[in-house]
Parts: sequence; structure tokens; C-alpha cells
Amino acid sequence: MDTLSKLTILADAAKYDASCASSGTTRRNSVSGGLGSTESAGICHSYAPDGRCISLLKILLTNFCMFDCAYCVNRVSSNVRRARFSVEEVVNLTLDFYRRNYIEGLFLSSGIIRSPDATMEMMAEVARALREDHGFRGYIHLKTIPEADPDLIARAGRYADRLSINIELPSGESLAQLAPEKSLPKIRNSMGFLRERIEGAKEERRVIRSAPRFSPAGQSTQLIVGADDARDAAILQTGAQLYSNYRLKRVYYSAFSPIPDASARLPLSAAPLVREHRLYQADWLLRFYDFSLTEITGAMKDGMFDPAIDPKLAWALANRAYFPVDINRAPKEMLLRIPGIGVRAVKRILAARRFGALRLEDVKKLTTSIKKVMPFISTPDFSPGALTDDAKLPAKLKPRQLDLFA
Amino acid sequence: MTLRLEPPEDGDLAAWWRLALGARAAGLRPDQVIWQAPETADLFAAPVTVVPSPLLPSPVAPDEALIPLSEAATHLIETVVLHSSETRFALAYRLLDRLAARPALIGNPADPDIRRAQGLAKAVHRDMHKMKAFVRFRSVATPQGERFIAWFEPDHHILEATAPFFRRRFAAMHWAILTPRKSAFWDGKTLSFGLGARREDAPTEDAMETAWTAYYAAIFNPARLKPDAMRAEMPKKYWRNLPEAKLIPGLIETAAARTGEMIASGPTTPNRRIVPYQPQTKTRPS
Ligand code: SF4
Repeated sequence: MDTLSKLTILADAAKYDASCASSGTTRRNSVSGGLGSTESAGICHSYAPDGRCISLLKILLTNFCMFDCAYCVNRVSSNVRRARFSVEEVVNLTLDFYRRNYIEGLFLSSGIIRSPDATMEMMAEVARALREDHGFRGYIHLKTIPEADPDLIARAGRYADRLSINIELPSGESLAQLAPEKSLPKIRNSMGFLRERIEGAKEERRVIRSAPRFSPAGQSTQLIVGADDARDAAILQTGAQLYSNYRLKRVYYSAFSPIPDASARLPLSAAPLVREHRLYQADWLLRFYDFSLTEITGAMKDGMFDPAIDPKLAWALANRAYFPVDINRAPKEMLLRIPGIGVRAVKRILAARRFGALRLEDVKKLTTSIKKVMPFISTPDFSPGALTDDAKLPAKLKPRQLDLFA
Repeated sequence: MTLRLEPPEDGDLAAWWRLALGARAAGLRPDQVIWQAPETADLFAAPVTVVPSPLLPSPVAPDEALIPLSEAATHLIETVVLHSSETRFALAYRLLDRLAARPALIGNPADPDIRRAQGLAKAVHRDMHKMKAFVRFRSVATPQGERFIAWFEPDHHILEATAPFFRRRFAAMHWAILTPRKSAFWDGKTLSFGLGARREDAPTEDAMETAWTAYYAAIFNPARLKPDAMRAEMPKKYWRNLPEAKLIPGLIETAAARTGEMIASGPTTPNRRIVPYQPQTKTRPS
């Protein structure tokens, strides 16, 4: 089979992984030799018609796999066409794409062939060849196989900018049912191991500048939404635990999407993309807005997000005693709680109000929807009066038509 | 008294500073200066005195001792100068004047000049970012070795400011980025700028584009069609210079049918015997 046909099969098999980040690693360039650079922000070199950023060459080394994860197109019991890249083919594709400015680097994942160790070893070899034989300074993300030997995982971490282990299902029971060869304790073990090595390497480099790096952009994972019957609250809780236990850089939520050659153990329909969208919004509230998990889940109904309103607005509607917030006097924490006002708008409010009181007109310029903001704020020239506590407020703020995510 | 100053060449920040600081040293207030190239001068406007730039006091470097500008202020002014708006020089010169007198002003997004400057700066930064993203090199074999050439059409005067990014990233390659206004060249040692070019001056194909477009088609998930989200980040104006973009209409058109087929075909049963996975037995103690 030629490289082009392999590329088609092995990119097709890789598209169910949502991660495409290429930021947050060490700054490098090739002025003193080699090829490539990484700067503070990652770059999306293209966008597919699914709206997703294309930043990395995202492929599988092979889609042959010994495991039988029901949600996966590569599972051993699927009849999909199989292909297998050589190490050299992946290296050359990465370099050829990179030189033409198509990509920031490589995201390599793989089905498990021969054994978890043999597979992990080949993946690490791709990264090693890129770094050592070709002086590649671009971004490398390697999927880690939790069943592989820790020494091999450690090897991968020396060459990669990021490692990830996809947990995919939010509970041990679902995992046992849908991915029988995988084990939650093993996944957690490996995540713990990665955390230790990542933090250890950072610590060491603080003392010894030349100490080796280890996955400097940290580790991430993915959870599938809608492949099992886990509710939004349970998924969000798993995500929150992963952040705090393993210091993950990112948890990706991926709405279950129908695959060719589906397994009878799975729903045949796609999970609504709005679920995934609400989970990302809630995830942001946890990480950048100082919300606690219980605050968010407390505003849910039966552990599910309201598809019609975002989780911040849902919280505000359920906690109206905190509002209206005085734009000119409230502390930062309270400004962050106003629906329709984001982190950047809060920064600008804090900066601008040192020059004089902000009026409703000024707030209007900081938001895309003043209608959503008004019930929750007051300014010298505006007070929402009874609107804040109006029983009909939720209905008034619900969009008449669901957005494109529905 | 109103003076007409000939604006510096687009993208040339050093020339801008020489002019602006010269004008300041000459005591010119923002309302006394009109930034206008001779060929665009309005013949019917009130008569103005034209000051050829060499007559301004000797060139001064943007020296902190002369004008106490913060790094953020310098950066904002420079970014405004790179915008293609006709009023960019007037705004930049006014900002220079106001920020020198009141450095704290830069933190006030409610000020109309600051807000306008931030708006222009945002557009310039976006343009620079999109240039880093959407430049597509095409490889050409020459007797001297492989050369990489790209054609790009920026909205603003950002080529000079963005070229160093490509130098850092592709230092070992010999490359050229051609744009209508100017072109950038890197020969492995020096970054230089030359005349503008035309689309036809760049190569029209590259052998790797077959693989790249195949990748683009394969990585797209038809079950998640969201063309508006794509267009928001990759507006149509860029498509003509992106080899993968010619696939977009077809991918969008067939997406629903492909998804429907996946669902309609239902679950499948394996067409060969499946050997259950047996974990390897570790020989080493863990
Ligand atoms: S181990 Fe990975 S590639 Fe193999 S079936 Fe499971 S999810 Fe798919």
C-alpha cells in the first residue's frame, strides 16, 4: 500500500480524538540548526468544515488493534480497512508537511499491535528520530499506552511536548463494559506516574538548567460524551477529579459520534454537540472563574445541563440573591460571576473604572449581549429593579431558537 | 499653521519613528500635522506647507530619554502604524503625543483614541497570526538546492513584522514570501526585502499537496459539520491561496449523506474470528 492510501486510512482513524493543542511548551527555534520552532501560542494552520482547528498532523501509526473498545473504529472486531506506517514514513510526512508550513508538528497515536510495549516503543522511536536524527524543534504529542512499561513511557516523555492517556469513559463500570481490556486503575497509575515525572523534571530544571525536560506541555485526556449513560454531572466530576489528582493541562470532551462499522453495544445516533459545548463551558468556569463543582452541579436539573442556557447563566438564575452586582464597586470574583461578562471583559472593567465610574453605555461595549447582562448588574445610571428577581427571567433569557450546537 | 508630512514607507517602523520623533522635536502638535503622500493630496483643501522629511530636525531614535514611552505604548503605536487604515499615522502621532504626556492613559479602554487604537491593533495582530497560519510554501528544485516559495495577501502592512517568525522557524531552509506590496527573502543567513510580486510569480503546485489535501479530507468528521465555525476562523478571502480549500464545497455537500449512511448501515459483525487479547506477562519486576 502506498503512503497516500495509508495516510487516508490512518488520518481517518485519528479524527475522533479532539485534542489538537500545540501551545504551552518550551520556546524553541531553529536559528542555531534543525527545523522548526515553538512560541507561546499554538497556531491553527487550517480549519476543517467541522470547525475544528488543524494544527498537528494527527495520525495513527497503525489502526490494527488487539483491543476491542466498543466506541472505537479501530477495535479488533471492526471490519475497517487496516494500514500500518513505518517509522520512516511518519517522520518524512511530518517533516514534509512542516517545511511547507501546513502544521505545527505531530500528534501520534496508535492501535495496539503485537504488545503494548512494542507499540509504545515504536511511537517513542518516531519522536526520537524526529528530534535526534532531524533536529526537529516543532511540537510532538504522543498518545501514551497505559499498559506499556514505565521505562518506555518515560522515553516518550523525553522527546514529546505533551503526553496523553485517553480515559474515554467517566466510570470504571462503563470502561469494563465497553473497553474490556482497559483498566481504570492502570490508567490512573500511568497518569500518576506522568504527573510525578512532569513535576519532577520541572523541579529539577529549576536547580539544574541542563536537566532533561519531560513532556513540558503536560498531559491531557479525553472523555467521550454519550457513549454510555453517564450524566453531565458525573462527567464533569470525573474531569474535575482528573485536573486535581493528576494536574492535567486539559480534559477534552468529545460528543460520541457515529462511526462506520459501529458496534452493537453502542447507541447508533450521535450525542448532541450541545452537551459537549456545555461541558467545555463548565470546565472553563471551574478552571478560570473560580466556580466550584457543586456550584455548577447544583444549578443542573437531574444532573444534566439545560441545553438552552449556558452553565454560568444557569448558576446566576439559581442564585439571584447575589445580584445585581455593582460594576463599579464589586470585587473581581463577583464580576467574574456576571453572565455575559468574560475574563477579558472583567480585566477591562477593572482597568477602566480607575479612570472614572463606568456607565451602562461602557458595559455595552464589553459584551456581545447586554440584554443578558442587564438583569445582573447596576451602574450609576442603571438599576435592574425588580427584573433581577422576576420569576419570568429564565424564559426571557432563553434564546428563542437553539444555537448551532443544538 | 498646518504642515503636510509625507508618510514613511509602509511597514517601515524605523522610518516612522524618525519622522514622528523629528516632528515632535520640531514642536509640531498633532493638530498641526497632516500625514499625506503627495499623490493623494487633496488639491482643494486649504493650502498647507509641505515639509519634506529631510528638513525635519536630524533623525532621532525612539529614545526613552527623549520621550518616556512604556513598552506597551511603543508597541501599541507601532501596531497602529502597520494597519492599512488611512488615518493610522494621524492616530499614531496623536497617541505618541498623548501617551508621552499621560502614560496611564493606555490603561483606559474607555478613551476613544485608545479604543480605536486597540481595535486597529487587534486587526493587525489577527492578520499577523493568520499569515503565520496560512502561508503555504511550495518547493522548487534549483541547481543551488531546494527553495520554498509562498504567495500571500495580507490585509495590513505586516510582512516585515512577521517575516522574523519564518526566519526563526525555517532558519535552515531558503525561502521567499511574495506579497503584492513587497517580498521577503531568506537565504539561510540574511533576511531581505524586495519588490512586490504577482500571484503568477509563485510556483503553482507542489508534489506534497496531494498528501496534504488527502489528509485534510480524512481528518474532517462529516458527523460534526459546522461550516460557520470554520469560516469564522478561516474566512473565504484566504481560500484562494490554500490548496486544501478547493475541497471544502464537496466535503460540505456530501457530509449529511455520509453520516446518514453510517447510521443507516447499522452495527456490523466482525467478518473474521477474533482472538481475545491476553496481556503480556512481564518478566521484569514492576
Ligand atoms: S485500544 Fe485504542 S485503538 Fe485499540 S480499540 Fe481501544 S481505543 Fe481503539
